[in-house]
Amino acid sequence: MSTLRGKAWQVGDNVDTDQIIAGRYLSLTDPEELGRHCFEGAYPELAEGFAQGDVIVAGENFGCGSSREHAVVALKAMGVSCIVASSFARIFFRNCINLGLLPLDCPSAVEGIEVGDEVCIDPVAGKIENISKGVVFDFKPLPPFLQEIIAAGDLTAYVRRQLSGARGAEVRR
Amino acid sequence: MGLTITEKILARAAGLEAVAPGDIVRVKVDLVMGHDVTLPLGILEFERMGAAGVFDPEKVVAVSDHFAPASNNAAADRIKMVRDFARAQGLVHYFEPGCGQSGVCHALLPEEGLVLPGTVILGADSHTTTYGALGAFATGMGSTDIAAAMALGETWLRVPESLRLNYHGKLGRWVTGKDLILHTLGRLGVAGALYEAMEFCGPTIDDLAMSDRFTMCNMAVEAGAKNGIIAPGTKTEEYLLGRTSRPYEALRSDHDARYAATLEFACEGLQPQVAFPFSPDNVRPAREAGEVTIDAVFIGSCTNGRLEDLRVAAEILRGRQVARGVRLIVIPATQKIYLQAMKEGLLEVFAGVGGAVSTPTCGPCFGGHMGLLATGERAVSTTNRNFVGRMGHPESEVYLASPAVAAASAVVGRIAHPGEVVD
Ligand code: SF4
Repeated sequence: MSTLRGKAWQVGDNVDTDQIIAGRYLSLTDPEELGRHCFEGAYPELAEGFAQGDVIVAGENFGCGSSREHAVVALKAMGVSCIVASSFARIFFRNCINLGLLPLDCPSAVEGIEVGDEVCIDPVAGKIENISKGVVFDFKPLPPFLQEIIAAGDLTAYVRRQLSGARGAEVRR
Repeated sequence: MGLTITEKILARAAGLEAVAPGDIVRVKVDLVMGHDVTLPLGILEFERMGAAGVFDPEKVVAVSDHFAPASNNAAADRIKMVRDFARAQGLVHYFEPGCGQSGVCHALLPEEGLVLPGTVILGADSHTTTYGALGAFATGMGSTDIAAAMALGETWLRVPESLRLNYHGKLGRWVTGKDLILHTLGRLGVAGALYEAMEFCGPTIDDLAMSDRFTMCNMAVEAGAKNGIIAPGTKTEEYLLGRTSRPYEALRSDHDARYAATLEFACEGLQPQVAFPFSPDNVRPAREAGEVTIDAVFIGSCTNGRLEDLRVAAEILRGRQVARGVRLIVIPATQKIYLQAMKEGLLEVFAGVGGAVSTPTCGPCFGGHMGLLATGERAVSTTNRNFVGRMGHPESEVYLASPAVAAASAVVGRIAHPGEVVD
């Protein structure tokens, strides 16, 4: 995985998936459309000003509430490259991995990054650099198992590979 | 070193002697569930995975319950997608209003005998934790995870730490499982059990009816938990009798099992609780609610749409009137509950006081359809979430409570303790 670079946007603790994408949009499936409504009610400025590759810096329990994958789809479509949080809601964390959006647990970085700071993230080395402030934060890189899924692109690609491998094995037998 | 019930179930599903919190394990799954909001995405992923078929058509369950009966054109197409998938895959269990058994997924699967103690169940819905009430390990996942599980019959899991919650003391009149879990959420907070297994134990839980146990495990996710679980006992056996003939093993925690923490709850004197907007942990006793006038009351959902819930609500509403200007909506959680409530005359009570009674659906619970809230409106709801805009307009407010408090509030026109209405 390569390094990521972007501007930081801040959101609070316990940001639920209803705030990321409201229930009335759940019948949408087009990622672009979902992305346009991302955060629109809860963080209108962020929704307006967000640029491709920017980073979301969140407090505790980011992505809590409903398991809607629409939330990750919407964030990706809005251009989010990475979410740094003090902690994540567990289903949301899984959804991120499965859809290839990088979730990073790093409370110290959350403390040390402000809105508008330029940050650079090395997911493999486990380093978050706040370029604007000239500080570096360490985090524990994701376990190899999860990195494998992200390296495959997403869970879908990972399973596809596994299924074709299994079928291949059957044929060989 | 002993194991908790959650660790035992996961160890067994992983084919291991033992597991410890933090281990990432590959487990075989016994049941996979998706519904009309989450499954359409899952089906697309399933196809992109190049899967020829589901791993076992008896173990993949599809439920159209959120937008069904279809509330708009897009929803109709989503439901059709689920229905077509179920047919093409030969799923043994597909449920939809209007064609046989139907209902809100988390009320329906246990009722149909699909949930067994000791099994691993994945659902594309956060409230899948409900099934832990029967001693299963059940957790919610996203659509892609569910697609992978439908294809492979397995998944990966991080073994959670377990949190032991001990309840003792007899529950007072009008105090239910909903009040226990709201009280617990008030104490723990919405991140109080993040990633953890919430194990509900103690004499109060042993005495608790299955319907109340479902309500408690349903809302475990509101504390951030991975699963909620209650060890199987006599009540569990009674519930399963006649619903399933499949064998199961009733696993229980060892006496020397290790817990991240143990919390004690004294239930004697506990009062009916209400969660104020905009968080399920913003809890206070109904008596201390103050003068909160309301526009609507919703009784239903996977949290509190069971027969026992409807009975309590009808007991309070029978022979009384709904306050002027308050709309009452009652939705039995499944078709079987609907029929039984009809036989018992409960639906007549609800319709008789002017309430809207609907066929089973999630409907208003997630602001989907069947009675959304307008700008500035307030509702008392027996559901599980009161986030901003959850049941309609972002400027509406939802107050979570038991069916008893909801029914009493409908009569009084503001948040009320049932004792204000019934002696
Ligand atoms: S009733 Fe509400 S909480 Fe339960 S599954 Fe339906 S939408 Fe979700």
